[in-house]
Amino acid sequence: MSQSIAVWPFINAAYGVTVAFLAAAGWLALARYRRAAARLAQAERL
Amino acid sequence: MKESVLPARRPARPGGWFHYLANPGRFQKLARPALPWLAAASLGFTVAGLAWGYWFAPADWQQGDAARIMYAHVPAAWVAMAGYAALALCSFVSLVWRHPLADIAAEEIGPVGAGFTGICLVSGALWGRPMWGAYWVWDARLTSVLILFFLYLGHITLIRAFDNKAHAYRAAAILALAGAVNLPVIVFSVQWWNTLHQGNSVSLAGSRIYPTMLYPLLVSALGFYLTFVTLVVARMSAAIAERKTAALLRAAAERAP
Repeated sequence: MSQSIAVWPFINAAYGVTVAFLAAAGWLALARYRRAAARLAQAERL
Repeated sequence: MKESVLPARRPARPGGWFHYLANPGRFQKLARPALPWLAAASLGFTVAGLAWGYWFAPADWQQGDAARIMYAHVPAAWVAMAGYAALALCSFVSLVWRHPLADIAAEEIGPVGAGFTGICLVSGALWGRPMWGAYWVWDARLTSVLILFFLYLGHITLIRAFDNKAHAYRAAAILALAGAVNLPVIVFSVQWWNTLHQGNSVSLAGSRIYPTMLYPLLVSALGFYLTFVTLVVARMSAAIAERKTAALLRAAAERAP
């Protein structure tokens, strides 16, 4: 007789990790892009 | 010295478009207006694909709801491999033509590709535990993807390990090209060896997945590909701006009395 395992915690963890990575990567890239653009604009005024 | 003057508007010889576009300044002119559209499309397709797979796609007849992990795991795996192929291509261009844009692209692809490979490994482990009874097995597919992850980490480390950037780019490009041999091993591992990991369900020849599960998978994959492109383009654009800022500050410091 097979023993069933609750799969939803694994599904939720897989989706959670994926969404957290995508959100973090997007936020970091956007923050770096905006910081670099702001610093370049500042340097061009020198 | 007329022959050394570059054309102002368009390339002079056939195939020159490649070299014409591989210029950081021209890249910035194309990337800046494209980035908001790329970001919006990435967000839309990724959210649609993942939500479709999580809530609306049918459960698999054999694996049940656990198959929903596929909508995150498979696109991450595809992007991880495509990202490494792009890294190898940039490395080839860097070694052959010494295009600075190829070096910048290679440097920025590395962390993004490693992230997607990490997601592929983690989601795969979370899928393996309920289906196989183990988070990890030393199966040919899993092991070759783990090697891909280490290749990405090696590239990230190597490209930042030298004081001389030109040496760093060359060493990292050689590693990336040598590591490209792992890509066909990943793809064909499920055919060459008797693996616990299932065979390829989707290929260029067709699909063995029912449309109600295939469509959310393809939407999710498109979202992941677009996200990868958006992240790399944004990071490249930031890297070019950082270099220009550093050059301007150096010039200002030299001008100062």
